[in-house]
Amino acid sequence: MAGENPASTTEYIQHHLQNLVYGNHPDHGWSFAHSAQEAAEMGFMAIHVDSLAWSIGLGLIFCFLFRFAAVRATTGVPSGLLNFVELIVEFIDGVVKDSFHGSNKMVAPLALTIFVWVFLMNLMDLLPVDLIPYLLGFAGVHYQKIVPSTDPNITMGMALAVFALMLYYSVKIKGTGFIKELTMHPFNHWVFIPVNLFMETVGLLAKPFSLGLRLFGNMYAGEMIFILIAMMFAAGAGAGFAAGGLHAQLFGEHTNLLFWLVIFALVCGVCWMNLKGKISTGKTVLISAVIMTLGGGVFAIAGGLMQWGWAVFHVLIITLQAFIFMVLTIVYLSMAHEDH
Amino acid sequence: MNINLTLFGQMVTFAFFVWFCMKFVWPIILQAMEERQQKIADGLDAADRALHDLEQAQNKASDQMQEAKQEAAGIIDQANKRAVQIIEEAKQQAVTEGERLKVAAQAEIEQEVNRAKEELRATVAGLALAGAEKVLEASIDEKSNRALVDKLAAQL
Repeated sequence: MAGENPASTTEYIQHHLQNLVYGNHPDHGWSFAHSAQEAAEMGFMAIHVDSLAWSIGLGLIFCFLFRFAAVRATTGVPSGLLNFVELIVEFIDGVVKDSFHGSNKMVAPLALTIFVWVFLMNLMDLLPVDLIPYLLGFAGVHYQKIVPSTDPNITMGMALAVFALMLYYSVKIKGTGFIKELTMHPFNHWVFIPVNLFMETVGLLAKPFSLGLRLFGNMYAGEMIFILIAMMFAAGAGAGFAAGGLHAQLFGEHTNLLFWLVIFALVCGVCWMNLKGKISTGKTVLISAVIMTLGGGVFAIAGGLMQWGWAVFHVLIITLQAFIFMVLTIVYLSMAHEDH
Repeated sequence: MNINLTLFGQMVTFAFFVWFCMKFVWPIILQAMEERQQKIADGLDAADRALHDLEQAQNKASDQMQEAKQEAAGIIDQANKRAVQIIEEAKQQAVTEGERLKVAAQAEIEQEVNRAKEELRATVAGLALAGAEKVLEASIDEKSNRALVDKLAAQL
């Protein structure tokens, strides 16, 4: 955790943005990188273990969940999970039928995979930024980025896979028509072939890049804002009782997880009593606010509110970005299937 | 933030998940949904048909009821007529029987009366003879007087 001085603030942000890298270091051979510099020195022969592990894990969750539903799919009355899964499947099916006019059995499952998987990866953004890296810190893992879609490798990997599909189907469906499209468009004269080729190639290459970088940019920015808001908690530390609350009084600049767990338990207890009907809702809000203010001071309250506000807004973004990625994939593949 | 092997790792993973979804998830769920859709459509059809059938059955039932009512009314009519007829017949019979009985009784009475007259005559004849015997105090030849007495008795 960072204090109020700028150096450690920068460090905090950089630490948060550093992947857990396993790669071939020129000096140490294949090993985990112990610093950002080491990671950079590894160059291309390295793997972001955290991104890949979270991404594969979330992908497996998607597979398991949907396979589970598929196995239990009945023609009778659907219930629970099956209902939910069918809702998504039907939604995707509708989008694909609207935007994709060729006949390809791959596009709909592809769209489903993209939508759910990207959504799950984006969803990791809503976990408190420090939670999992902090816990993994105890296990000796010092770098951890839990949102795979804030890693350009992940988003570009998917975009390039989509690009490969685009090229494959363009060649398969259009054959020489694809070459004609690249050379004789938009100026239909042989003199313009170099110009056309240049323009169309740029246009073609722009598709996977915009696809991958859009998702990356959105998620990266969102993550950044979460990190910046998270620093408000820390900013209160050492700023006295009014700003930093009991927390600043007791621990100074060093965060103690246990303290926050106690605060968390107290707030949960108050909410629980409200649910049991022992205290009124107004009192619940008031008592919770007092507990949080006493514990973390004004900065914690403001930070908490901002985290919450941004998270609410971010729910929209992560869903929208997953949807956009899916729709653009469908549209690109649809274009690859259209023979002029 | 470096581009590295992760890129290809993600591409491979992506391909695998898409394959998995294409093979084991999508067709199964979609098929189940389509089948259910068909089933629901069939069910709705069947319900419509059943409603139609019900209407028909109701019409038929009410027709039959009407018929039965008419038939019943006919039967009741007939029965009433028959009852009247039977009563009429019975009356006729009773009258005839009464007549017959009356005739028989009268005949019997007449017979009785005749018998009584006969008896009375015999008795009176005896009495007259005894009276005459006593009056005359003499022995009268029964044979010569008998015709006289009988003539007397017949006049009674």
